[in-house]
Amino acid sequence: MRSNVSLTSRDQIEVYQFSLLISIGVPILALLLQSFLPTHMRFMAIFDLPLLVTIFFGVARRNQISGMALGAILGILQDSLTHHPLGVFGIAKTVTGYAASSLGVKIDVENPGSRLLMTTAFTLLHGGLVFLVMRFLVADPMQPVSWRWIHELGSAVANGLLAIILFSVLDRFKQRG
Amino acid sequence: MDNIMTGRHKNITILAIVLTAQFFGLAAQIRRPADQGMGTPLIRTWVITAITPIEKFFVHTASGIRNTFGSYFYLRGVRKENESLRAQVEQMRLQQVRLQEDAAQAHRLQNLLGFKEQFISETLPAQVIGTSGSDASRVIYIDKGTSDGVKDNMAVITPDGVVGKVAKAFHGSSQILLISDQSWGAGGILTQSRLQGIVKGTQAGTVQMTYIMSDNQIKPGEQIVTSGGDRIFPKGLPLGTVKEVSPGKDLFLNIRVAPAADLNRIEEVLVITKIVERANDPSELSGPIRASDILAQRLPSVPQKPAEATTAAPATSPATTKPDVVPAKTTTPKDSKPSGTAPQGN
Repeated sequence: MRSNVSLTSRDQIEVYQFSLLISIGVPILALLLQSFLPTHMRFMAIFDLPLLVTIFFGVARRNQISGMALGAILGILQDSLTHHPLGVFGIAKTVTGYAASSLGVKIDVENPGSRLLMTTAFTLLHGGLVFLVMRFLVADPMQPVSWRWIHELGSAVANGLLAIILFSVLDRFKQRG
Repeated sequence: MDNIMTGRHKNITILAIVLTAQFFGLAAQIRRPADQGMGTPLIRTWVITAITPIEKFFVHTASGIRNTFGSYFYLRGVRKENESLRAQVEQMRLQQVRLQEDAAQAHRLQNLLGFKEQFISETLPAQVIGTSGSDASRVIYIDKGTSDGVKDNMAVITPDGVVGKVAKAFHGSSQILLISDQSWGAGGILTQSRLQGIVKGTQAGTVQMTYIMSDNQIKPGEQIVTSGGDRIFPKGLPLGTVKEVSPGKDLFLNIRVAPAADLNRIEEVLVITKIVERANDPSELSGPIRASDILAQRLPSVPQKPAEATTAAPATSPATTKPDVVPAKTTTPKDSKPSGTAPQGN
């Protein structure tokens, strides 16, 4: 099976494609691992594998529509595993996917340092959006949700560090567009 | 003027449409929550139905391998453990007389007051197969669902204490909301001061007891058990221990609780599938009762093997049974086990 997902491109920046198997399999695997790993290792919940996959594909494809679509789908699937209303992660990942692909269009984000900074920033953006949606749309006024700087920063840096490793693994599946 | 769907604003327009659709979807769910007539969103059912069988496969394969190796190492320590258990049984026999007298006295008093007790009559063992994967939602998934008799709002425990409740039961799996989640709480009672409050989670995943007035004296180390007032948990199940007490806002104490069950390392749980309510029968206490009988009635126990269950279930008086035979209770439904615990007075 050699069916490539076609993506739009800009001439001056490299645009990558991925096989259909990788385009579908990696997001599903990320979702599965995100649900399964914290069963035995609770600390794994600090990572957000679907978010990292959204950022990676968004930056690599450099296509805003596919970036936001992947973010929206993965976010809603992730919402399905929680007891919250569907849309909390969906909204946050839609915006993050759009922003990641927008950034990918403008600058080269392929070295580890920029990947660390970019992923840390996008994780904070994602956390901020989840917080805003939870605080103003979902949470019970009697049980307000508060912003936890230390937790969010720790999570952002942890995801940034994991992104360096994960993205280098996923780089192997890139195909020039 | 460019058409917004074909011009340079196309992408941002699509983003706005996608976000708006999700906002409306979110708003619809919040306006019509599941307990007000709207069922589970179909996509949630699909995702959980698709993911949980894979997680079941991983968990069961891993536990099969672990059990194979574990059995070998287990056998090596059986002799020593057997000696230790024999010593423990002797200790328990010494406690038997005191427990028997206390229980008889308590039952007599309860009868005088017309108390009815709630007993856990059936529990269903289940394996934890997944989580929500997010710190924002303290949820786990188990490998038993409606096809096994699990229903929404059933209590979920371990031998150590309360774990949570069934938030949503699906066909082959169930979503369990942990006691550490912020969105709900269980009625709790402090065992020494007898004060009642709500034990619930916080955003950080810790557990606290709320609605205890600040003029009360609570000491760290005091046990908290379920009060039975929430109609989910029978009275008397361990919820946790008071860890720290500090003045809170609005005249209430801020009581941090160490959960009785280790919520970060749960592998197996028991779902309470049936609770029976009955008044005490004084005749039950007419003869001498062994400590093991009391424990078998009060605590969730390991399921009996079918063949042994029928042979070991004595119709005779407990006093006539051999000391090392644990009497089984009534018939056991598939995968369920009879046990009794935690009387609740109404």
